[in-house]
Amino acid sequence: MTWSEIWPLLQEASVATAIMVGVSGLFAAVFGLLFGVLLVLTDRDGLFPLPILNKLLGGVVNVGRSLPFIILMIAIVPFTKLVTGGSSIGTEAMIVPLAVGAVPFYARLVETALREVDPGVVAAARAMGASGREIVWKVLLREARPGLLAGLTVTVIALVGYSAMAGTIGGGGLGDVAVQYGYERFETKVMISTVVLLVVVVQLIQMLGDWAARRLSHK
Amino acid sequence: MIQIEELRKVYRARGREVTAVDGVDLTVREGEVFGVLGRSGAGKSTLLRCVNLLERPDSGRVVVAGQDLMALRGGELRRARQGIGMIHQHFGLLSSRTVAGNVAFPLEVMGVPRAERAERVAELLDLVGLSDHADAYPAQISGGQKQRVGIARALAGRPKVLLSDEATSALDPETTASILELLRDLNRRLGLTILLITHEMDVVKRICDSAAIMREGRFVESGPVRELLLRPGSELARGLFPLPEPAVRPGTTVVDLTFEGDSADRPFVSSLARTYSIDVNILGGAVEEIGDTRVGRLRVELPGDPELNAAQLAHLRDAGLTVEVHGAAPAGPATDSGLEVAR
Repeated sequence: MTWSEIWPLLQEASVATAIMVGVSGLFAAVFGLLFGVLLVLTDRDGLFPLPILNKLLGGVVNVGRSLPFIILMIAIVPFTKLVTGGSSIGTEAMIVPLAVGAVPFYARLVETALREVDPGVVAAARAMGASGREIVWKVLLREARPGLLAGLTVTVIALVGYSAMAGTIGGGGLGDVAVQYGYERFETKVMISTVVLLVVVVQLIQMLGDWAARRLSHK
Repeated sequence: MIQIEELRKVYRARGREVTAVDGVDLTVREGEVFGVLGRSGAGKSTLLRCVNLLERPDSGRVVVAGQDLMALRGGELRRARQGIGMIHQHFGLLSSRTVAGNVAFPLEVMGVPRAERAERVAELLDLVGLSDHADAYPAQISGGQKQRVGIARALAGRPKVLLSDEATSALDPETTASILELLRDLNRRLGLTILLITHEMDVVKRICDSAAIMREGRFVESGPVRELLLRPGSELARGLFPLPEPAVRPGTTVVDLTFEGDSADRPFVSSLARTYSIDVNILGGAVEEIGDTRVGRLRVELPGDPELNAAQLAHLRDAGLTVEVHGAAPAGPATDSGLEVAR
């Protein structure tokens, strides 16, 4: 293959990867944050101890975390079909398993980041008469911002990896190109360029994440 | 201002029960600085956290500024807490907010409008001498400055009561002195009632009007500091003026004299020696400024057994001194010197 043939291929694949990672990353950010906060709040020593809900939530998150993505992706095909209205392949369909895989992943990272917040600060806020909502928004989430961002960076990078796997069952994107052209057709040039592209993308995401986390950290 | 009756708090963890506070009665009068002194694990931190109900006591009564806090829940309790300032050993500042932002936090919680907030923050920072550091982040200032931010923040809601949880324990001696001075100053200028807990004898000595010694969840002794110092056998006195185990030689009388105020200024030792033509041997002692008065403790040795010194001891008592006589060595000490006060 010549570069003029490879180039549009890579461009299209990059867009597909960006869509898969972007949309599922957004889901992970919103729901991961929600579940992570719930995990911390409902803990035995949390602000609103609800041990049963906590165990349940923790269990769900653990199941999601313990399945290798390639298995999860296949196992939830019926659910994917339900969400997309029939299709279980293609870029849009792949967003479903990616989001399902990334939400519990990020939820645990959120939980860890929130636990890093100095309990003394929470106690001080309670002593000032702050409400639970104020403590969550103004203390926990605010103080944990650098950690939450670092976690999101890790999650998005994991999603880039997952999306490559999604490519193998027809998800499109850079992984798909690498497998179809690089692996099955022995197009070394394609293989190398997807690898280089992935490395560059991951580097850029990491750098952006680090930069943002550093800006928000005043420790 | 603060009234606590029969307060009990028991922690249950994995089938084990630990009684942290075991029936404490405590009254802090308006405008007073009250210190609870004790070692770590004595239950003083739990006691303090029960005063604004960060910990809910198992039983007892907590009345602050006329309000029975145990009867309050939810929003009512949160509003009551807004009227009780608290400062913390490790400051408890938000690292993501500037000094001004930290002081503004309780005002936001209280729903003070933005413009008014800025004005009040400036006022509070001025009060603690941190106006120049309004835009600094907590990580950029020293421990003493952090505690000043903590104090400014605690005063945001114009509380009548300030709770201090080992506020100076993470600070070096000089910074401790300046923070204590600030607290004393606020106590006098604003009429602020302060309840503090500490393991440092020095804190009690420097700023407390009243004090209690806490051990294993109970108050061992409690009262105005001057009274406690003059009370024979007081742990506070022995903690503040540590004297070694008395070694009484046969045929002598060893006496610990505690004196304060006017009697401290009179030359009672030479007067004793002259009146009775005896040699008075000074074994040890110290004089401290407690609040506005001078208080001291002196150990002297008089010739002759205690029975022979009745007149001399009466002379000392007449001079306004508190007199503790140590028995002869074989008989064992007359007073229990097994002092255990955290210093």
